[in-house]
Amino acid sequence: MADLHNLTARALGALIAGRQVSAREAAEAFLARIEVADPGIHAFLTVTREHALADAAAIDARLKAGERPGPLAGVPVALKDVLCTRGIRTTCGSRILERFVPPYDATVAARLAAVGTILLGKANCDEFAMGSSTENSAFGPTRNPWDPERVPGGSSGGSAAAVAAREAPIALGTDTGGSIRQPAALCGVVGLKPTYGRVSRWGLVAYASSLDQVGPLTRTVEDAALTLNAIAGRDPLDSTSADLPVPDYTQACRAEVRGLRLGVPSEFLGGEVDPTVAGMTRQAVDTLCEAGAEAEECSLPSVTHCLAAYYIIAPAEASSNLARYDGVRYGMRSREHAGHIGMAERTRDEGFGDEVKQRIMIGTYALSAGYYDAYYRRAQQVRTLIRRDFDRAFERYDLLVTPTSPTVAFRLAERADDPLAMKLADICTLPANMAGIPAISVPCGFLEGLPLGLQILGKAFDEPTLLRAAYTYEQATDWHRRRPPL
Amino acid sequence: MPEYEAAIGMEVHAELLTGSKMFCGCRNAFGGEPNTRCCPVCTGMPGSLPVMNRRAVEHVIRAALALNCRVSPDARFDRKNYFYPDLPKGFQISQYERPIGIEGWLGIDTEAGPKRVRIRRVHLEEDTGKLLHLATGESAVDFNRSGVPLMEIVTEFPPDMRTAEEARAYLTKLRAVLTYIGVSDGKMEEGSLRCEPNLSVRPVGSAGLGTKTEIKNLNSFRAVYRGIEYETARQIGVLRSGGAVAQETRGWDDARGQTFTQRSKEVEQEYRYFPEPDLVPLQIDEEWVDRIRRAMPELPDAARARFVEQYELPPHAADALTQTRATADFFEEAALTSGDPRAAANWMIGDLARLLNASGTEITDSRVSPRHLADMLALMAEGVISGKMAKGIFEEMFATGVSARALADRAGPQVSDTAAIAAWLEEAIAAEPRVWQELCGGDTRKQGYFVGQVMKASRGKANPAEVNRVLRARMEGA
Ligand SMILES: [Zn+2]
Repeated sequence: MADLHNLTARALGALIAGRQVSAREAAEAFLARIEVADPGIHAFLTVTREHALADAAAIDARLKAGERPGPLAGVPVALKDVLCTRGIRTTCGSRILERFVPPYDATVAARLAAVGTILLGKANCDEFAMGSSTENSAFGPTRNPWDPERVPGGSSGGSAAAVAAREAPIALGTDTGGSIRQPAALCGVVGLKPTYGRVSRWGLVAYASSLDQVGPLTRTVEDAALTLNAIAGRDPLDSTSADLPVPDYTQACRAEVRGLRLGVPSEFLGGEVDPTVAGMTRQAVDTLCEAGAEAEECSLPSVTHCLAAYYIIAPAEASSNLARYDGVRYGMRSREHAGHIGMAERTRDEGFGDEVKQRIMIGTYALSAGYYDAYYRRAQQVRTLIRRDFDRAFERYDLLVTPTSPTVAFRLAERADDPLAMKLADICTLPANMAGIPAISVPCGFLEGLPLGLQILGKAFDEPTLLRAAYTYEQATDWHRRRPPL
Repeated sequence: MPEYEAAIGMEVHAELLTGSKMFCGCRNAFGGEPNTRCCPVCTGMPGSLPVMNRRAVEHVIRAALALNCRVSPDARFDRKNYFYPDLPKGFQISQYERPIGIEGWLGIDTEAGPKRVRIRRVHLEEDTGKLLHLATGESAVDFNRSGVPLMEIVTEFPPDMRTAEEARAYLTKLRAVLTYIGVSDGKMEEGSLRCEPNLSVRPVGSAGLGTKTEIKNLNSFRAVYRGIEYETARQIGVLRSGGAVAQETRGWDDARGQTFTQRSKEVEQEYRYFPEPDLVPLQIDEEWVDRIRRAMPELPDAARARFVEQYELPPHAADALTQTRATADFFEEAALTSGDPRAAANWMIGDLARLLNASGTEITDSRVSPRHLADMLALMAEGVISGKMAKGIFEEMFATGVSARALADRAGPQVSDTAAIAAWLEEAIAAEPRVWQELCGGDTRKQGYFVGQVMKASRGKANPAEVNRVLRARMEGA
């Protein structure tokens, strides 16, 4: 069993449940893989070797005792380092939380542990999940496993790269404006952003509370469904989590797409979107149609304002969410300070990176009394329009299909001095966050040896239909079987 | 020189009586070792999320109804952003655009008759922590209070109140309402009720309003009264001498009886309010409001009318006994147990109120219970103790919590023995024969003097009725 790290979560879980492989062997295989691959990738900020081996031994003991703890028991996972883990440092990719060790688990971490997964470590990310390239981590960038000179996308770049590089079969990321789907596309893996409220945000260190959602990055759609089954559902600690039953998502994958109506919004096939990328999206739609779906072009006129509105709402919420990092209670405190205000000022100046500071400034400005109506209120109005566009589209279509990213992965530092170009990387993914609907990215081809993603969007809480189409597409193609040259 | 009048508005913060805090399960209580009642939510740890306390919302709906407000069906929480070390999240969850209660009023009695003080809003928010300045020169923060549910009641602008007396009547009535409906314990000295009056003066008859100041750090109704009196006079003085009142926040120095500049308000604080994204908007439907309305307890005005009717109390007594729910409950129990409502009322308004005031004790913490008072009234009715003895016994009960019967036993029985009383009286006559002649000459005001002397000689144990009888007999004999 030399190649355990090449197995999917489903396959590995089955071997462990059947006791052909022990959880300990699986954990060791991935820990070994991390040792080999991660120095060149830097997907991990923290590797929890001892924890992993201890937890794996506990799973092995349960299996030996005759328990059948479920399909993910013994399967290793990585968590984006904005998800709190009890007793394990959670840095958010920031100096300000470099030594922060939470005394509690994020609900998603607790739920994954409850189904028996083994935590391998904490994945690198853009500082406080702000960025589209994972270059904004205070601890250095993650590299794209397909080309180490390129970015893995962001902000869940560490999670995406870990899965692509076979350093973990499952990773959790967070998605505020595309931060799961865009790196999934650029790294050639599956990334699922569930409906807002489908998965608890307790213990997710907030970037923009009304947009943030936790979701899986995996190599297959089925693994994404398995993971979603484990983490979805009402959480009394998060009042925005929905009190709705959790369907069996793996079961949903099996259903046929015959008769499904697909809308292909024209706004995502021109403008900033590379014509080759648009062409590949059309090909993917054809593949789904061959499987029995029906497709037609449609329009979501408001999405053209999405980027502008997003870059008001997200920074506004971030400016407030990040106010707690003032050096008073935890994390970093500047050594040089005079008085309360001085201490907070110095701590924040030394602790936050430029991207974070910039967004705090924008958000503070957008919320200030003289500008609230011109910016924040107006952005919320645009958000309402975007929601209406989607509502209207979903009256006609079951799903919408678009590219995930307008281009393939760009070079490290290539867009560092061009913030607008950087932010354009998220134009295809932002609308789903603004509307709160679920969306998935699946590999749909290669350009210059670099992977590209197909984005499928669904109605709120209709993850089953989403997964069904994504799975059908995946089964009809073999993009997901390709391995990065590592 | 024009006559001036004040326009007084009031912001009152009331801590709500809930078992747990506003957005987490931590216990809501007063005092305690610093930082023993806090969790990731109330200290604003990364990744923590608020979960709303439904009871706190119900309390505010209850208060809104009692204050004749409309209840917004779509109230919402907002974030009020500012930096202060005792504010763990860097923002306070409060209500800004859509508070729970709007446009109400509270009726008060003034010298000129009844008056309505209009209320602009009643909203819910969380309290902050408390900064502690240590002997070492360092500062520390206690988060026990962080996240405690607070209700804020703001009067309408332009303000309806004109005098310190009206402001006191408003606060007294407000506290009565809040304690009656059980949403607050109304204890000002524990900070569960905090008042901030704001005040401006203008020439009588003028339509506009002058520049206002706000007075902070008042911890008793007396301080509010004195603060308003002082500030009104100060502002009038400033205007009379041709000066201009500065818009500022002023502190209150209780020892000197003066307000003083705390900070001048040159720039309006920027709070950057926006809707709290971690909480779903409140949906307060008719049914919920109706259920709360139906379960509403008796309000102070109704209790006062009932006391006049049921116990035949004079209105001013009924008024005094309905200033808090605890006082009214105390009275009703003492009245029913003793069967003598008037006597119970008199003792409560007189001696009990005096002793509570002097010792700064709340009636809920009084060692004299309604049963104690009823027992004492029974002893008086039986003639076991005199009114004078009762006064001493009551003070001792208040200080020690020992029952009236035990204290009466200790003091020994009342003396009704005619011979002993006559002997004491003779002593008194012998000591002041001139006064005695004046009494016998028709100056009946002197009668009290001799009763007092006999009581004194008997150390309060002489039966006053018997003393009077012996005295009259001696006067006729003389
Ligand atoms: Zn708490």
